[in-house]
Amino acid sequence: MAPISRGFRGRRPTADPARIPPGQYLTPDFPVLSYGPTPHTPLDQWSLTIDGAVDRPVSWTWDELTALPSESFMVDIHCVTKWSKLDTMWLGVSLDTLLEDVATEAEYITAWSDGGYTTNLPLEDVVDGKAWIAYGYAGSPLEPEHGGPARLLVPHLYFWKSAKWVRGLRLTTEDEPGFWEDVGYHNYGDPWREQRYQGD
Amino acid sequence: MRDVIAETPTARTLVLDVPDWHGHRAGQHLDVRLTAEDGYQAQRSFSIASAPEDPAVAITVEEIEDGEVSPYLVEEVRAGDELELRGPIGGPFTWSVDEGGPVLLVAGGSGLVPIMSMLRHRAARASTVDTRALISVRTPADALYREELLALGPREQLDVRWTHTRSAAPDPGGWTGRVSAAMLAELGPPPGAAAHVYICGPTGFVEHAATLLVDAGHDPLRIATERFGPT
Repeated sequence: MAPISRGFRGRRPTADPARIPPGQYLTPDFPVLSYGPTPHTPLDQWSLTIDGAVDRPVSWTWDELTALPSESFMVDIHCVTKWSKLDTMWLGVSLDTLLEDVATEAEYITAWSDGGYTTNLPLEDVVDGKAWIAYGYAGSPLEPEHGGPARLLVPHLYFWKSAKWVRGLRLTTEDEPGFWEDVGYHNYGDPWREQRYQGD
Repeated sequence: MRDVIAETPTARTLVLDVPDWHGHRAGQHLDVRLTAEDGYQAQRSFSIASAPEDPAVAITVEEIEDGEVSPYLVEEVRAGDELELRGPIGGPFTWSVDEGGPVLLVAGGSGLVPIMSMLRHRAARASTVDTRALISVRTPADALYREELLALGPREQLDVRWTHTRSAAPDPGGWTGRVSAAMLAELGPPPGAAAHVYICGPTGFVEHAATLLVDAGHDPLRIATERFGPT
């Protein structure tokens, strides 16, 4: 039983509470959280690779990626540091498109990024319209501090799973904890079950 | 809560007796959860200001205008109140004297809090690891822990400087204005020294300082950052 905080009223959300996971608050801002400097890889040196437990690795240059069929989509995002942001507008390529010709026995992926970041997800959480490589935000190119030129976007999990500056997806048969997962954050990170930290 | 210490007009330190606290590493944070009488809850993260060696856990909270939790912690809560905590939390933004140096610490505003934990830890261990700190504040009135920092030991190999962005330079060795490449070059250590670098502050501040250091030749993989606030 949580102690009552004497004199605390709090600010009740104005949005539909059913859209706000437990322990989250709404922000109109777009906070930035990353553990290191923002990388700036020139687009002519940029590529996205899918490799690991696949029959044949595949790779796209920037021009090739952005020439693929893209989707505009609106989603709610939830950061483990407690902020949520509703109705964010993105432009990107569905992972279904990227994985279309990839034959694999893998059940997990590790997304890796410029700057050394990694995060792990079950493969089934990034297919069937649940994940994108996003390169546009709110009608503009995705800014570097928000993960540009491109980031993974998996809005149904806490936002650390949506790796900024993503450069590759490594498919794996074993689940391999990523950067935050390895230092005490939850391995799966479902905001609706408030899976912030190990043991939640 | 054991005690409350006013730091600046907008910041207070809360000194906490935490049962079953298993200790923390300098630089980590904890979560505070408040519960209203009707059960409504709000939680936020706050950096730990105390050293792992200190007898009590302390957080310093800067009041955010229009904030939900920080105004309560800065204006309302008082000694004897109970707070619900979770932690410690945080991985890469931590430092121990056992990791050695040199160390470069860059703080903007209340971004000094986790860095203060590192400096207090260094002092508690009587470490003489080469440590340089650059602290950016608007005016002297906004500076946290200033007297303590001026007295902090061991002085050997410790260089703490301030820059004031909205008022005149503080003291010999201090600066006026936004953190610049020239300030960082003068403070050192040079990029070739492979320093452990920690930068904490508002998003724009951290982006700016990290870019200056990477451009100067510091290894991005040795730079740990912690950002707060909107963009």
